[in-house]
Amino acid sequence: MDYVWAFVIGGGICVIGQLLFDLTKLTPGHIMSMFVVTGAVLDGFDLYDQFIQFAGAGAIVPITSFGHSLLHGAMTQAEEHGFLGIAIGIFQMTSAGIASAILFGFIVAVIFKPRG
Amino acid sequence: MSKQFHPNNYKDTAKTYQPRPNVFLNCLKAFFVGGLICVIGQGLIQLYSTVFDFTEKEAGNPTLTTLILISAILTGFGVYDKLGQFAGAGSAVPVTGFANTITSAALEHKSEGLVLGVASNMFKLAGPVIVFGVVSAYIVGVIRYLIQQLM
Repeated sequence: MDYVWAFVIGGGICVIGQLLFDLTKLTPGHIMSMFVVTGAVLDGFDLYDQFIQFAGAGAIVPITSFGHSLLHGAMTQAEEHGFLGIAIGIFQMTSAGIASAILFGFIVAVIFKPRG
Repeated sequence: MSKQFHPNNYKDTAKTYQPRPNVFLNCLKAFFVGGLICVIGQGLIQLYSTVFDFTEKEAGNPTLTTLILISAILTGFGVYDKLGQFAGAGSAVPVTGFANTITSAALEHKSEGLVLGVASNMFKLAGPVIVFGVVSAYIVGVIRYLIQQLM
């Protein structure tokens, strides 16, 4: 059942993105930014965690979870260090994703030849 | 000459020749490809939480890392960009699309050298996502912290 919900919810978020692509003049950059902001705002209302519990990877894999992880790390550190903690913790949970994207992107760019 | 090709009527004439995006079909493709990527993600979460010693909450990070690795390699082979042409948002919205924009921007500028080409262009497309993510998370974080303190 986990897999069904992951498929339906994950696919559903992509459909929202596709509708924005086709029906508005926003560029992919605008739409991705909107999705991340949406994830952060939803997490601000504590909604995204419930969403993850329900949809599993369907909520973790889309880029909206990036905004959620940013805020989550920030709030975890804010509990310990107050206001400064927000800046200390903001990349805490997303560092794995960003670091690996940079690392693998760099390695692939060095090894492979550009096409098309 | 038919009225359709009247020069004053250019805008209307051109409109009839512009391809209309088939919104329904595009959405269907995006749904299936995006859903499939999330199912692969769910499989990876299961793998990391049963075979390795991750709790279900911690399994998110290694899962995303694995998806990013797969996406970067597929981008190197040129497969992911073909998938992107087919699936549109279905391949752009998942975190694999984020890795794809970083890798493809780096690859594209390889001829300008490693420092000025690869490294400085890497975040050309992915940069806005990080900037707006951090700014919005910071603002929401400050508001939430203030509310928590006042309560």
